[in-house]
Amino acid sequence: MKISRAIAVVIAALVVAGARPAAAADSIDPDADFKAFRDYYTKLFPNVPLNDFVNGPYSMDADLRKQWEAIDDFPPYDFAIDRGKQMFATPFKNGKAYGDCFPDNGIGIRQNYPYFDLKTGEVITLELALNRCREANGEESYSYVKDEMASLTAYMAFTSRGKPFDIKIPNDPRALAAYQKGEEYFYARRGQLNFSCASCHVQNPGNHIRTEVLAPALGIVAAMPIYRSEWNGMGTMSRRLVTCNSQVRGVPLKPQDELYRDVEYYLSYMSNGLPISGPGARP
Amino acid sequence: MRAWICLAVMLLLAGAAQGASTEADFKTALAAAEAAEQEAGALKNQWIPTEQALAEAKKAAAAGDFDTAVVQAKQAEALAKASIAQAKEQQTAWRAGIIR
Repeated sequence: MKISRAIAVVIAALVVAGARPAAAADSIDPDADFKAFRDYYTKLFPNVPLNDFVNGPYSMDADLRKQWEAIDDFPPYDFAIDRGKQMFATPFKNGKAYGDCFPDNGIGIRQNYPYFDLKTGEVITLELALNRCREANGEESYSYVKDEMASLTAYMAFTSRGKPFDIKIPNDPRALAAYQKGEEYFYARRGQLNFSCASCHVQNPGNHIRTEVLAPALGIVAAMPIYRSEWNGMGTMSRRLVTCNSQVRGVPLKPQDELYRDVEYYLSYMSNGLPISGPGARP
Repeated sequence: MRAWICLAVMLLLAGAAQGASTEADFKTALAAAEAAEQEAGALKNQWIPTEQALAEAKKAAAAGDFDTAVVQAKQAEALAKASIAQAKEQQTAWRAGIIR
């Protein structure tokens, strides 16, 4: 009798213990996620200064860092900054310019993107805001993945260098839903290779995948846009996401698809407080 | 000996039957594959090899090679169904990976 009662107690305890994480798992708590995310990386890499996570693979591989520091004497993204600056200052056909579409004339604001727009109920990334600015002024939109868009965002990121990410999640169920969709996209496995974003950037940062050192997800958005030797040119956040999907043999979503914007929102929130380092250079 | 001959004849017949795909067979296989791929698309989880197999199927059919076309279409359908299963599984399984 005593034994059966003891078994019943153990079973009840297991049921309760099993129920607790499930209940916690279903709630949306960005603050708790943020703390757990940061703790995970700082414990995994105790010798990496917090702000250095924005330098991705260079923060965890000494040889790679030396190469990067040598290359950074003549950064490969400099052309993009110059071109973006020129484009930014050139008025549209109607006489207005990019600066008219943004707070503070678009200078030093990169750290506030993406944001959740309470009017339209969606996440607005810097890339989307730039194309909407163009369209509102009678100009054609640019490709989201490289060329002009990479140059414009490179310049805008450059004017924000060192400023800490300041991503806000308004107290609105739609904003929380967007955040959670982004989180889900980040952790969900996809493609024929059955990889999630987290498979590389949570479970294996610092490890090699072929010749590349995988970057930590913490701070990964801070260096965007980036010059990649693999691309032989500049690429935006959109390009990075499209490429990630292709690499796991998944058909990429359309650049700036709602889910891509949501995952950028989630990752940027996780990077709050870390300095903008873009534009960056990666192997 | 007679048994071996019978077996050989059966295998030849089976091979001949498999190698006799028609345009109608292809259209049936393609419709099934495209329906599955459309479902994967609605889940935003299509796979590149599925698209490749569909393209190969259409290319073979255009060249009149319906045997290859049917094989590729069925391959595409199987891949699409795997991507659907993955997407449905991940609707809840993604939570297991969250950093806590």
